[in-house]
Amino acid sequence: MNTGKTAIVVSKLNKRFGNIQALNDVSFEIERGELFGLIGPDGAGKTTLFRILTSLLLADSGSAVVDGLDVVNDYRELRKHIGYMPGRFSLYPDLTVEENLHFFATLFNTTIQENYRLVEPIYRQIEPFKNRRAGKLSGGMKQKLALSCALIHKPSVLFLDEPTTGVDPVSRKEFWEMLRLLKSEGITIVVSTPYMDEATRCDRIALVQHGKILSIETPEQIVRQFPKKLYRTEMRNQLQLLKELRENPAVESVFMFGEYLHVTFTDDTLAPYHSNPDRPSPVFTEIPPSIEDCFIHLMSKS
Amino acid sequence: MKQFLSFVQKEFYHIFRDVRSMLILLAMPIIQIILFGFAITTEVRNVQVAVLDFSKDISTQQIIHRLQESEYFTVSEISHPDEIDRIFKKGQANLVLVFGNHFHDNLLHTGEASLQMIADASEPNQASTLVNYATSILGLYRQELMREYQMPFQIRPEVRMLYNPQMKSAYYFVPGVMGLILMLICAMMTSIAIVREKETGTMEVLLASPIRPLYIILAKMVPYFTLSIVNLITILLLAVFVLKVPIAGNLVLLALLSLLFIIVALSLGLLISNIVDTQVAAILVSGMGLMMPTMILSGMVFPIESMPPVLQGLSTVLPARWYIAAVKKLMVQGVDGVFVIKEFVLLAFMAAVLLAVSLRKFKIRLQ
Amino acid sequence: MNTVIETKNLTKQFGDFTAVDRISFSVKKGEIFGFLGANGAGKTTAMRMLCGLSKPTSGQGFVAGFDIARQTEAVKKSIGYMSQKFSLYEDLTVKENIRLFAGIYGVKEKTILPKMEETLSTLGLSNEKNSLVKALPLGWKQKLAFSVAIFHEPQIVFLDEPTGGVDPITRRHFWELIYEATERGITVFVTTHYMDEAEYCNRLSIMVDGRIDALDTPAHLRAQFRAETMDEVFRKLARKATRTEI
Repeated sequence: MNTGKTAIVVSKLNKRFGNIQALNDVSFEIERGELFGLIGPDGAGKTTLFRILTSLLLADSGSAVVDGLDVVNDYRELRKHIGYMPGRFSLYPDLTVEENLHFFATLFNTTIQENYRLVEPIYRQIEPFKNRRAGKLSGGMKQKLALSCALIHKPSVLFLDEPTTGVDPVSRKEFWEMLRLLKSEGITIVVSTPYMDEATRCDRIALVQHGKILSIETPEQIVRQFPKKLYRTEMRNQLQLLKELRENPAVESVFMFGEYLHVTFTDDTLAPYHSNPDRPSPVFTEIPPSIEDCFIHLMSKS
Repeated sequence: MKQFLSFVQKEFYHIFRDVRSMLILLAMPIIQIILFGFAITTEVRNVQVAVLDFSKDISTQQIIHRLQESEYFTVSEISHPDEIDRIFKKGQANLVLVFGNHFHDNLLHTGEASLQMIADASEPNQASTLVNYATSILGLYRQELMREYQMPFQIRPEVRMLYNPQMKSAYYFVPGVMGLILMLICAMMTSIAIVREKETGTMEVLLASPIRPLYIILAKMVPYFTLSIVNLITILLLAVFVLKVPIAGNLVLLALLSLLFIIVALSLGLLISNIVDTQVAAILVSGMGLMMPTMILSGMVFPIESMPPVLQGLSTVLPARWYIAAVKKLMVQGVDGVFVIKEFVLLAFMAAVLLAVSLRKFKIRLQ
Repeated sequence: MNTVIETKNLTKQFGDFTAVDRISFSVKKGEIFGFLGANGAGKTTAMRMLCGLSKPTSGQGFVAGFDIARQTEAVKKSIGYMSQKFSLYEDLTVKENIRLFAGIYGVKEKTILPKMEETLSTLGLSNEKNSLVKALPLGWKQKLAFSVAIFHEPQIVFLDEPTGGVDPITRRHFWELIYEATERGITVFVTTHYMDEAEYCNRLSIMVDGRIDALDTPAHLRAQFRAETMDEVFRKLARKATRTEI
């Protein structure tokens, strides 16, 4: 087993499905014990990357080493050290909560007792329902069970593909708190999500789009690298203001954010203005950019 | 090993918890045996026979009495030739026997007597069956007569039904049902069980775990193997005790043969699960690709000898054909092992090839 | 008529379990109404009743002026529906999908063609009209699905988590389409548990344990619960839930 500092090394991975370049020259490294986020929309290539790293898919070119083991040549050994939670619910709905956990424990040649301490904080929450069939659990509970099952063999690297999709905000928050806890146990965690607001909970994030990595940074750094001043203004008149600003040559970009518009101007040295003489100029307030602002910026640049 | 056993346990949970499917699987052989044995049958029972007897002597009376006694016929008498046409049209009889004058005298003195059988041949199969039955009853009577009078009466050509003197259809369909059920349980159910894991995404987790793919496959096969043994025993018990089909040959050979066939069917199921990605596709492929040919081409329903050469050729690649043929030989004819060597060898060959191919093709990765 | 959805003590029980518990609210014409709630709070059941798919146990509901318990056919004709899970047939082309749904909702034959051209050019899909839907990127599919859902100019369109997994730019294009639809007078009723989507709504209701516990504009809700974000509002409310989640 690898004892070095690096948990995952990915270099120049390419994968194509028919006409679609699912991964395009992807390279990055993940430190041991890091909570690493892959942020990007559906179809960005996140699942493909996970499958290659868990030895389930072969890349067309490039290489990947997880926990010191090559994902192609050492796949047998690798499969003992990783935990994987795929994007869709992947437990047996006709087995009970306990039977599922027991099954996955023996699958990895271990027992529930042996690693109970690790899964306890998560499993305790669903233990009252341990005789219930997994198919009858709610979204949040299913997700906790799936995480317990992926953890029961105390993997050194944990891969979680969109664990919070379709789960309500309360369960999502709890889930991220559990990931923090696991990180403190020294487990390296790679997690993907299409939701930008979850990005700030990671140590570092990779923004992914069309199989390419747009940026890899800490969330703070990504925000700091936003090259413009960002303003927001209230979007009072539905679409009217948005359309006006879009036509305005002084405006570089304008996007809806709930009841506000987020605007950048071509020249940050000038005060923000609005040139419709028929109406009072809207009030622009400078705000710090969010991860989502950065993602939009990087996407429209590429 | 613990991994494997726990996997097998899980597979049994899947089966036991899907109560409806399990009941269908367990009840299917019983239903099929009952359907084939009692409802869909080529046997005749309580058929209306009308007799026009011009002799009314001791021989004709005895023959009529025998007809009446058999479970096949219900006899009524008519008194005039004109009535024959009428009762046929009314559907009151499917067969009419006409005894000529002086039947008994002729038989005793000239050694020959004439008898006319008129059958309603609008259903040709039934008609010939009826005639055959009646002829064999006549034949028996003649034999008794010969013994009684120690005289060589003319024995007319009679139809003898080899191995199945009463033409019991059970002798033919029991081996067929065995082939069909084993194919269904092993091939279709195994392929569904594997494909279900692909469909629900659990296969992804299994493949990403250290369990050996071979264990996954074997663990999937064990429950259906067990289930098919249960079915096999059910069928044999029903055959022997309900349909009164004797097991004439060696039971051990029959069991070995069935095991071989089960392995072939399991490998076919595994092969199917490699090709398809959805449970629906698995059902379609195994239904159309295995069940249909097994029903139609294996000799279960239609005799292979009367098929066009192309279909005969096609039927040689069907494992079920050889299995059913061998079961017929072992069970019904009670032949020695040497007579089924060909079938054994063919099935063993098929098992080896299919198992090798499907194990090789089983993917250790996605795609 | 200004109110297009109105419910009074609308209730649905399954045995002993009250999935929806006496909810009363109204939605105005042209409004974007967000319908939030945790998993199992009763959103889906409530929406099924509003769409005329499930009969209320008690209480009343009117959609587009029709009684949802008695005039289900009329209700269904005046609404459009789109969900993330199902909305278009993947193995039909763009054009075939539009024709199919236009036909189902009884759009007049002669208006279908010009309207289809208009819709396709708004979406920038004119060159793709003979492509199979499954060949389109997810974002396009969802924009198309929305346009198909409002093709017959329904009074109300119900959206069930419409933009899950879509990239942030396409998501905004999607919401622009929604705003344009409301400017034409179409009312939008959207269920979601993603709070960034909630922020686009004019008014929000939050369901907890089958009841509506809060109903106001996003800004007022934030003020009322002294919260920075809708996420926080939601969590404060959901914490009160007593119904076991399972």
